[in-house]
Amino acid sequence: MPVVKAKPKPKPEVVPGVRHPSEKYLRTDRLPHIWCSGCGLGIALSSFLYALEELEIDPDSVAVVSGIGCAGRFAGYVRLDSYHTTHGRAIPFATGLKLAKPDLKVVVFSGDGDLFAIGGNHFIHAARRNIDITVLCVNNFNYGMTGGQVGPTTPVGGRTTTTPYGNFEHPFNLVYLAASAGATYVARWTTLHARRLKESIKEALQHPGFNFIEIISPCPTNFGRRNRLGDALDEMRYYAEKAVIRHGADPAEAEVIVGKEFIVGKFVDIRKPTYLELYHKKVEELFGP
Amino acid sequence: MNTKKGAEDRVTRHASPVTHKEGAKRWRVAKGYLYLLEDTCKGCGFCHTFCPKGVLAQAEHFNAKGYHPPEVVDADACVMCRFCEAVCPEFAIWLEEKEESHD
Amino acid sequence: MNGDEAIAEGAIAAGCTFFAAYPITPQSELAERMARRLPQVGGVFIQMEDELGAMAAVVGAAWGGAKAMTATSGPGFSLMVENIGLAVMTETPCVVANVQRGAPSTGLPTLVGQGDMMQARWGSHGHYEIIALSPWSPQEAFDLTVKAFALSERFRTPVLLMTDEVVGHMYERVEIPEEVPVAPRKKPKVAPEEFLPFEPDEDLVPPMACAGEGYRIHVTGLTHDEHGYPVMDAEAHDRLVRRLCEKILRFRDEFTWWEEVMTEDAEVLVISYGISARVALGGVELARKKGIKAGLLRLITIWPFPDEVLRKLSEQVRGTVVVEINLGQIYREVERATGGRVPMRGVFHAGGRIHTPEEVLAGIEEVLKCRS
Repeated sequence: MPVVKAKPKPKPEVVPGVRHPSEKYLRTDRLPHIWCSGCGLGIALSSFLYALEELEIDPDSVAVVSGIGCAGRFAGYVRLDSYHTTHGRAIPFATGLKLAKPDLKVVVFSGDGDLFAIGGNHFIHAARRNIDITVLCVNNFNYGMTGGQVGPTTPVGGRTTTTPYGNFEHPFNLVYLAASAGATYVARWTTLHARRLKESIKEALQHPGFNFIEIISPCPTNFGRRNRLGDALDEMRYYAEKAVIRHGADPAEAEVIVGKEFIVGKFVDIRKPTYLELYHKKVEELFGP
Repeated sequence: MNTKKGAEDRVTRHASPVTHKEGAKRWRVAKGYLYLLEDTCKGCGFCHTFCPKGVLAQAEHFNAKGYHPPEVVDADACVMCRFCEAVCPEFAIWLEEKEESHD
Repeated sequence: MNGDEAIAEGAIAAGCTFFAAYPITPQSELAERMARRLPQVGGVFIQMEDELGAMAAVVGAAWGGAKAMTATSGPGFSLMVENIGLAVMTETPCVVANVQRGAPSTGLPTLVGQGDMMQARWGSHGHYEIIALSPWSPQEAFDLTVKAFALSERFRTPVLLMTDEVVGHMYERVEIPEEVPVAPRKKPKVAPEEFLPFEPDEDLVPPMACAGEGYRIHVTGLTHDEHGYPVMDAEAHDRLVRRLCEKILRFRDEFTWWEEVMTEDAEVLVISYGISARVALGGVELARKKGIKAGLLRLITIWPFPDEVLRKLSEQVRGTVVVEINLGQIYREVERATGGRVPMRGVFHAGGRIHTPEEVLAGIEEVLKCRS
């Protein structure tokens, strides 16, 4: 319903040839992106690009690696060295990439299923090793691209195409998993918290070590629809209502339970030697600098 | 159906030239300009719902994709918080700060 | 040193600076040597959490500009085929060594097999070509590893080193040359604005711009066009897949290697590869002592299969014998390539031991009894 205002509406002018400020980081020949109306992936993408801009990072020194799924399409839209890899294998690919070219800033962008089901093993080991990469996980609580199947973060009771009677499996608490696996920077935001998400991404990009940010996003086409969450706007309103910002909270207590308040913010921000730092230290010990 | 020409059509139709050739709508707001690529908008409603000052509202008309884009209804209320820019998933709306004297 | 170690040294000599693997018998000595040697030469070794991750890391490292390699055996190879497919589709140079053992499944972890030969050809889904080489000695394992890296760069493809547990574990003298050429990677000759990352040159291979070189390319396992962008189009897919196959097939003469022993006047051609070829040679020698004119064709390049070589040689003989440690995989290729024109016999064993020269001799004598 259009909002009726008392004031007369200002008239816009049409200005040709203007460019969105983030365009320099986008493959504009690939736009508009394929994500649904209301999907949070576009917000995650723009937050990432604003972070790059504000940090003034040389775009030639950033490489993006994505997996398979809606989030996996991220790599195709950024005008950076970008790699759209196989399902679940973005993190080990990124590991190889980083170890072969350590001055690259390597960012992994993928979804909850890709990173934590098929990719789960790679996630925990890269976190354990403290590989210096930043992993951005867009969590929409199902496998969106393939039609809305259950995933490792689907809440109990969630209706998906492969849990038509309601999911009875307990989901992962991603920030807890990341922290206990050894990630040295762990944060969670929703796509509503776009600006705070951007700030977190900036922190993560400058933080040496395995950085993990969970980005909770609406999925109006699949998860949202099947679970009668309304449209994407309703899902965002739900975040406004239920998300509680609490930095430094214990990740073990940060479960996302439907209907209850859930914690967002920064959970872990510590410094431990990265894989390469340890590797080089060892090599120096053995063979000299 | 699957001829090479069909493929080219599909590629060019899919790519959006809006950011280069077509124009953006631009409103003067309190501290500068608000730009909107109307036909890029997918009508999610985030910008006008979450604008803290009520600057935007859903327009009555449809854009080329069949969505209701936003429009500025109260330009003076804008405080350049840039939340609409931050929360738009489509790179369709953004702001530019400009001093009054450079109008 | 043994074959495993020779492969590791071959890799280092060829300029390999990244090795990711998962331990598996009988590859262990290979990985262990790489773990020891790579830090010495400024490279990186990482033991990944599984072979899926190992192969993915190899593909990633190659895009980081490194010459990257992994090694495994059958069970690990089954996991690696997924990302071998990614390497094929993204035209990523890399080397994968499979030290074959008794299979299927867990099989005989510590004993020899050659049962992954067809899997080497078709292991990943979809239609594609692959280069696979088979050494029969530690020296050749060293040499072929160096060649494998060169071929992987030349054709921008994964190259498989299909060896086996016996060659891997046998100790023989390996001569390492003073200078080993390090094959260059084909780099773009134009500026980033003009560069089309998947537009092939005349040799059907595009130049490769790696991460951080300023080209900002997009690489995907989806079917893609010259820009590297995904295209959902049957025509584009057919074009791409055909080029990926053709780039290897058209220039196969550059790397189709084989060895012939006593074939000039042979009436029976014994065909084998890897460790089985050494036994086959023994069988050929036994046959010669008995007055049978046997000759050996030892395949070094297994894939793409050297059809022409088989066709030509089969025309001169009355029968062929294929010796391999499986129940007939390269046998089928020989049958296909020779059009069934001459009688064939297979000297097979499912795995766990190598053949004896006597078994090969028996095969030779049997095939001679057949009427053409």
